[in-house]
Amino acid sequence: MHRILFRWLLGAIPVVFGVSALTFVLTSLVPGDPGRTILGANAGPAQVAAIDKQLGLDQPLPVRYWDWLTDALHGNLGDSITSGVPVSDQLTSRLGVTLSLIGGAILVAAVAGVALGVLSALKGGWLGRAVDGIALVGLAVPNFWFGLVLMTAFAVQLPLFPATGYVPFAESPVQWFESLVLPVLTLGVPATAPVAKQTRDGVLNQLDREYVRVLRARGIPERSVLFRHVLRNAAAPIVTVLGVVVVTLFGGTVLAETLFVMPGLGGLAVTAASTQDIPMVQGVALVFTVTVMLINLLIEVVYTMVNPKVRT
Amino acid sequence: MTSAAVKNTVRRPASQRHGFAARLARKPAAAVSAGYLLLVLLVTLLADWIAPYDPDAQDLTAALSGPSGHHWLGTGELGRDVLSRLMHGGQVTLLGVAITLAVYLTLGVPAGMVAGYRGGWFDRLVLKSADLISAVPVIIVLLVVLSVFTSNESAAMAANGLLGAPLLARVVRSATLGVKEELYVRAAVANGISDRVIIRRHVLPRVSGVILVQASVYGAYAVLLETGLGFLGLGTTQASWGSMIAEASKNVGTDPWLLVPSGFMIISFILALGLLSDGLRDTLAERYAPPADKPPSRRRAAREALAKAPKAVIPLAEPDKDALLSVRGLTVALPIDGTPTEVIRDVSFDLRAGEVLGIVGETGCGKTVTATSLLGMLPAGGEITAGTIHFEGSDLAKAESDALRRVRGRRIGWISQDPISSLDPSFTAGAQVAEAVRVHTGCTRKAARQRALELFELVRLPDPARVAASYPHQLSGGMAQRVGIAAALSGNPALVIADEPTTALDVTVQAEILDLLRDLQKTGTAVILITHDWGVLADLCDRAVVMYAGEVVEEAEVTALVTAPAHPYTAGLLSSDPHHAVPGEPLPAVEGAVPPPTQWPVGCHFQNRCPRVTDACREKPVVISQLTALERSARCIRPVELIGETAHD
Repeated sequence: MHRILFRWLLGAIPVVFGVSALTFVLTSLVPGDPGRTILGANAGPAQVAAIDKQLGLDQPLPVRYWDWLTDALHGNLGDSITSGVPVSDQLTSRLGVTLSLIGGAILVAAVAGVALGVLSALKGGWLGRAVDGIALVGLAVPNFWFGLVLMTAFAVQLPLFPATGYVPFAESPVQWFESLVLPVLTLGVPATAPVAKQTRDGVLNQLDREYVRVLRARGIPERSVLFRHVLRNAAAPIVTVLGVVVVTLFGGTVLAETLFVMPGLGGLAVTAASTQDIPMVQGVALVFTVTVMLINLLIEVVYTMVNPKVRT
Repeated sequence: MTSAAVKNTVRRPASQRHGFAARLARKPAAAVSAGYLLLVLLVTLLADWIAPYDPDAQDLTAALSGPSGHHWLGTGELGRDVLSRLMHGGQVTLLGVAITLAVYLTLGVPAGMVAGYRGGWFDRLVLKSADLISAVPVIIVLLVVLSVFTSNESAAMAANGLLGAPLLARVVRSATLGVKEELYVRAAVANGISDRVIIRRHVLPRVSGVILVQASVYGAYAVLLETGLGFLGLGTTQASWGSMIAEASKNVGTDPWLLVPSGFMIISFILALGLLSDGLRDTLAERYAPPADKPPSRRRAAREALAKAPKAVIPLAEPDKDALLSVRGLTVALPIDGTPTEVIRDVSFDLRAGEVLGIVGETGCGKTVTATSLLGMLPAGGEITAGTIHFEGSDLAKAESDALRRVRGRRIGWISQDPISSLDPSFTAGAQVAEAVRVHTGCTRKAARQRALELFELVRLPDPARVAASYPHQLSGGMAQRVGIAAALSGNPALVIADEPTTALDVTVQAEILDLLRDLQKTGTAVILITHDWGVLADLCDRAVVMYAGEVVEEAEVTALVTAPAHPYTAGLLSSDPHHAVPGEPLPAVEGAVPPPTQWPVGCHFQNRCPRVTDACREKPVVISQLTALERSARCIRPVELIGETAHD
């Protein structure tokens, strides 16, 4: 366990530093003047200079990055330029929305993907080709378009679910669930394809193994051969695929949250980028990166749990 | 150096150089996709001239009207013509994709080739940055870029190419590594040709296919990303495929049709790129694969030969009522190249309770097929086409799968050839044996674990508790085989089939495993032992069956078989046994090889390798018949003479 944590830190620290430094350097190139943005066009040059000095903008870039980083490590990511609210407050209040969305989507992808993969491995034939076909089409369908189709069908034509918005779990669990259904399907259904493909390949590969023949020769019931033994051995690469899928899901939340008007991090990133709210952009990028790293750690732990060769 | 000169020095057969495009064109899906992509490109480029309307021309009277003669694909919210906007919108998307791919290729290809060719710190840098980038959601970085360069889509798409470049470099690197080891590249290095020339002249042509595939995949990804940015309203304000979907999203309540044209455009474009890259990949695989060497006629010829071959019609003998296992006329067909082909024919033998029967013969003679058919575990598509397998009062050849499953493990145990891979790598040895115990006895988990430890002691594993807690990869081959035997004994079977149980083991361990099998026999369990080793056979078995090319050629008591073989094949096998080798003399071998099931000759299967072959041997199938001694039979028309000759030696 310690070894996993150590190896993870070794990979995650450079990523977090790299992304935050890159973000910082890039955002320092913004042609506009934050002091001017805050005070408006009527302010005099002296006032603007005073605000800039207050924001530390008169310092050289590495000093500013270092200051930002030490503040960030203490949970202070500065204030939003557009709303004046502390960035960290906004991020924490919105993290729950994004995590609900991603958690739901990964659940759909894992459950439906594994079920479809196993089924197509066992039945082969047209079902196998169907999984291939769906995988190809799934890759080609933009998730915002798919989400719109779902919205048109199940919120407008058949008003089963709300078209937009988000209700916190604490407020009403039922409405929370209903508000998540369409966005979760929007992200989760396309993500099913790679999971199903890996499951099918993995199961087919395991079914050819000598131990499967021996288990059958030993009189072990087929149900146990398949679900206890074959699926268990096919699990490790499926977990790896899920890890890759999670990263793409984070990208997908940007589109899905905008489409379904959900107050999550992805929607925040879009607003921050379009209003040039630099502290917010920096904060969102940092939180996204750290969250993805934490999920990678989780995946690594699960991977180790299903693979005794790594564990022992 | 001019490009013509480069071409001249690349000595590759013309067919390989020009065949790629031609072969790709022969794949319908890829060819149609390539054509479609070209068409979209052309229409997009010519949009200014061929689009029916100005993409921004408004006609408020016709807003949000569906497809009509005036507007083939309908109109948007300000009455703008959808078709014209699609044509012009393609320009934005295709420009974005072009920018991404330009950056992606200019950085990724050289970086990958240098990393693969030179290695060292640069190689590590490329791999490290690829790892780093695959952990970051690309779109977030692009949002950062867009917050700096407001509405500057070109900057975002260039950044996208930059982010993809290390991933391309990683793929190109491994392709380059492969080429680098090729003889002609090593020869070029040895001839002192400079690295730069080698990379450009020898490496680039070989990795270009891989690059094409990667580029089309990343191009598809770039389309998704560009339209996504357009949808978010972060790109340009011009008409684009993405912004058209954003427009549709505002009108899903009133005009859902708007989703169709823009959606179809994006999906079909990406689908075409995907199919093209699949086609490229397949063409690439063919290019470096040897040409298919099986003309279809050969398969047909084999099938016809099989049909023509006179079938030996042998009346099935009655099963031996006293035997534990009595096999009569067992014939099994497996699909070979899609044609059901007999792989064992007319196999008969008996086994009494507590007896050890050896099955011996070269690889490919049907020993393992015979054994697996006893358990009803033939490979997919295989079936028993004739014969009976009488075991404990029922015919296993006709048994239902449920009945067979009750026999497996409980009445007949199986010991595999390859001890380590016969265990499930994800479970401890103890758990696997305990599972078998539970299946066969229905006892509690605790009792099953206890019984597993007892079984481990029975098979003389040194530290049963430790082995029980070990995973297969932590066991030696000998220990794993003992675990396998323990599992085979978990149901207390009357018969154990061991398929070359010692082949994969060290010599010293082999003896210990054979001792275990001998102990088994003492406890009254019958054993079928498949082996190559005459020493093992003579040591352990009571009777033996010799198989050749799918048939039993001789069956006898072991001592009689070894001292006076009746069939020429048995004699040949025995004399080529290293145990009988005379120091300083070359080891005699049976000339030739076992014919595969598709090429069995009419008449005696051994005719082409037999030193005693006569014309009669080739005429018609030889039946197995009882010899002088009562308990002995051979499939040979000149066996008695042979016994006489060996007796004189």
